[in-house]
Amino acid sequence: MKGGFLFHLGRYVLLIKSLFVKPERPYMYWKETARMMVDIGVGSVIIILVISFFIGAVSAVQFAYNLSDSLVPMYYVGYVVKESMILEFAPTVSCLILAGKIGSNISSELGTMRLTEQIDAFEIMGVNTSSYLIAPKIVAAITMIPLLVIIAALTGIIGGGVAAVGSGYMSKQEYIQGIQFFFVAKNINVMLVKAVVFAFLLTSISCYQGFYASGSAIEIGKASTRAVVISSIMVLLADYLIAWMML
Amino acid sequence: MIEVRNIIKRFGEQEVLKGISAEFKQGKMNLIIGKSGSGKTVLIKCIVGLMIPSEGEILYDGRDFTKMSVKEKKELRTEIGMLFQGNALFDSLTVEENIRFPLDMFTKKSMEEKTDRVNEVLNRVNLQGANLKYPSQLSGGMQKRTGLARAIVMNPKYLFCDEPNSGLDPKTSIVIDELINEITEENNITTIMNTHDMNSVIGSGDNILFLHQGERWWEGNNISLFESTNEELDSFIFASEFLKEAKTARLIKNQNK
Repeated sequence: MKGGFLFHLGRYVLLIKSLFVKPERPYMYWKETARMMVDIGVGSVIIILVISFFIGAVSAVQFAYNLSDSLVPMYYVGYVVKESMILEFAPTVSCLILAGKIGSNISSELGTMRLTEQIDAFEIMGVNTSSYLIAPKIVAAITMIPLLVIIAALTGIIGGGVAAVGSGYMSKQEYIQGIQFFFVAKNINVMLVKAVVFAFLLTSISCYQGFYASGSAIEIGKASTRAVVISSIMVLLADYLIAWMML
Repeated sequence: MIEVRNIIKRFGEQEVLKGISAEFKQGKMNLIIGKSGSGKTVLIKCIVGLMIPSEGEILYDGRDFTKMSVKEKKELRTEIGMLFQGNALFDSLTVEENIRFPLDMFTKKSMEEKTDRVNEVLNRVNLQGANLKYPSQLSGGMQKRTGLARAIVMNPKYLFCDEPNSGLDPKTSIVIDELINEITEENNITTIMNTHDMNSVIGSGDNILFLHQGERWWEGNNISLFESTNEELDSFIFASEFLKEAKTARLIKNQNK
């Protein structure tokens, strides 16, 4: 891909700006958004359930192991799993996983459309291609990814409970006591803000990489790789900035 | 009618189109021919607005495309249909949805009216009953017909075909050519076809523009083609021994007349 950092930043900003136009036929945009909601949301539930369950389970077992010879009460395991899932694992790890799954998918889909002249076909018809192809993906992502993150947080906490109680480190009541202990509602807001920001970053960056892919199938592969790498880095950078600003 | 005046297209230092002027007539098959790298695709992309020419004017029935606002260009594009080299069918949509897409996006017709129109164009391209198939389930010729059906569904005034015969067997190529010819005459539209296919050139070139190294090298029709003394054109069209003999035979036949 040619051009330096400023060239790509400028083109990315212009691409995002071009999304804010009046749709030719709102119903068509809604239809595409609904399709993407199914793709992004429903299509990612299983992977999110599996990953977050095991993250919660491993966190609980490892923390319980560390606390086993200390004076810290065991219900702290529930508290730590809850906080780490809400503040970090659910939004960040889920979005890093989704950057790989959705990001590469979006990038290769748009790249293939570019290569097979489907984007040109939209242009010839008079469709605002960037808006029609990209805006529904971003809207679907910022709607569905926060829901996936909430599911991830709940599943991780449940996974932690299953593992901690199942391994015999503590009783069910102790784990529930830990979850209820020192609940800070603000952390839920931080989690949701992270989810929305990460969703925007990973979809818009992947769309940018795919939309401007050109050349051959090899270039589409490279664009997909760039989409995953750049969006993962941007998610981590945004994670730090949000934590710094909101906590 | 579409008229291009002094079209120049540069990519950095490289001048790909060097001041091309031509007229593409209404109700006729206007062909752009030339070797690979002669600038055919760039010219057609400039005409349809996929590329912006560095200099020059593109007039659609007197309306200068290069000076139009975004809104005016969008309006004009509803009068344009294009058949792409690789068909450019939307993979996730069925044949019917592909063809209906411009109607869904740009008209306020009821679903019944749109379905009727889709079936009408499917009949026109002899693809009845393929409504629910996906592009991946179609043969190359059927995909081409679907692309053509989508290009004409809005009753365009201007039809562009970018190498419509590429990847097709000779018989299917002729069928597609005939179909484009008939549609052009029936609807009195301005058709511009970019082709390498000698059957198309000899069989249906009402108005042929030959490009060589980004310049207009020759202009004529499929009859004057045989009488041309232009060396570059000769070496391009009558490249094989078979075609050279065919040309000689044709010239002898004309002389005897």
